[in-house]
Amino acid sequence: MSAKLFRRVLFTLVAVFLAAPLVVIAGVSVNAQRTLVFPPAGFSARWYGEVFADAAWRGALTASVAVAALSAALAVAIAFPLSWFLWRRHAPWARVFQMLGTAPFVLPPVITALGFLTFWTTVGAYGQPWTVVVAHGIFFVTLPLVTLSLGFASIDRALVEAAATMGADDRTILRTIVLPLIRPYIVSGFAFAFVLSLNEYIVAYMTVGFTLETLPIKIFNSLRYGYTPTMAAVSILFVAVAALIFGLIARFGDLPKLLGAWSSRD
Amino acid sequence: MDYAPLAFPALMLTVFFVVPFGIMVMVSFFQRQPGGFYTPDFVFSSYERFLTAFFGGVLGFSLGLAALVAVICVAVGFPFAYELARTRRRVQIAWLVALLAVLSLSEVIIGFAWSTLLSRTAGISNLLVWLGLMARPTALTPNFGAVLTGMVYQAFPYAVLVLYPAMARLDPTLMEASRTLGAPPLRAFLTVVVPALRNTILATFIMVFVFALGSYLLPQLLGRPQHWTLSVLITDQAVYQSNLPFAAAMAVFLVLVTLSLVALALLVGRKESAA
Repeated sequence: MSAKLFRRVLFTLVAVFLAAPLVVIAGVSVNAQRTLVFPPAGFSARWYGEVFADAAWRGALTASVAVAALSAALAVAIAFPLSWFLWRRHAPWARVFQMLGTAPFVLPPVITALGFLTFWTTVGAYGQPWTVVVAHGIFFVTLPLVTLSLGFASIDRALVEAAATMGADDRTILRTIVLPLIRPYIVSGFAFAFVLSLNEYIVAYMTVGFTLETLPIKIFNSLRYGYTPTMAAVSILFVAVAALIFGLIARFGDLPKLLGAWSSRD
Repeated sequence: MDYAPLAFPALMLTVFFVVPFGIMVMVSFFQRQPGGFYTPDFVFSSYERFLTAFFGGVLGFSLGLAALVAVICVAVGFPFAYELARTRRRVQIAWLVALLAVLSLSEVIIGFAWSTLLSRTAGISNLLVWLGLMARPTALTPNFGAVLTGMVYQAFPYAVLVLYPAMARLDPTLMEASRTLGAPPLRAFLTVVVPALRNTILATFIMVFVFALGSYLLPQLLGRPQHWTLSVLITDQAVYQSNLPFAAAMAVFLVLVTLSLVALALLVGRKESAA
């Protein structure tokens, strides 16, 4: 009984800690006035409207979504052939590329950011909007790599052998067996990379910070002129998008399994 | 033909990860020129500059702060992840979604949220005033406590998600056996679960430590200049002081620290799976 109480107290404390800043900025985001006061004075949804109406905020939003979508697609395009190859063939030297794909995620992000900064300045492409797509694609390739290797590990090899016995070549097996089974893992790998790219600051800043403003860069740059309710509105929209995407993954896939828990118990 | 699928990933990872990394290491040995330029060379001046008392102090502060964040996250995250893995599946999934949402939050947003929460006008001190515990609202930022709170907030979901798989795989009969033998829950937890996962705890500590070491915005948004970490200084040197060789030298050093810690974490993790 006391164990149950302990769990309840612990869960409540953690929930309050995690939710507290979000509750406050949610309150701030619906303030009727331009000032940051909490509890909110009056109610207004105008700051949410401003995110879409104000050209600067809308531009940053568009840039962020475009970068996130393209770089997540690039991350999947790199991760899929690599994990497909590693699933079919036992090639220890090819694992080196898998390790390379994990490295940017393990190292402090400032390292990857600085690496790209020196690289783009050296090759003379510094500041081009597409450079951040490549940078994020490489930086977040870890996420589809992880979900895809879990996905491939879950494919029953008997299916593949049966198809091969009946004369299917690699291409046919890929189209008729592998792709349908692996699709949820492709989608979740893309979604993970998308959400993290949307929120990423340092790599984007060091790559294109002065020529292209993504939303985190825009928020940070605006901080210099003080806090505004529009920032709070953007932040709440971001949390909502992240929660929605992870919620959808949980709804249509096995989230505990995707996060590395072997058995799914009830 | 068989190796064709490997071509694109290998090309991308080599050109856009190995090469940039190599260039960064090279630049760390270059000679800096006034005005933000540098010339190819092989000098150790950037590394020498790093070995001064000031940067030694910053490094010590960064490592100490990351260690403190990791201790707090593991101390709270360990019992939390244990209870989480033992709760109903629907509750687990709801928590996992929430943890992932917080984990994916930009440092900019976390910094903005906490500085609002700790501010005079919109912060918790207003709540304390309202409750009659305080006379007037005060600002609780910038200071060390604010930096620490923000970084724990950022790292906590990460700590739980690293601990979670080990907790989910933990043999439930271990706990049952000790309970059957009459141990109260806390005693069973401390004498059975904690020792069984000693290496997981150590590995998680190191992972969270490395994660916290990467924090660069929170010390700027919630702290004073004396709370700046190595990541902040690297950004500062690269972007505002235009001293790429020096920034690269610090980055190379940070890589060495991180890699040795990750190697340690892997070693510890491997020992556990062998046992």
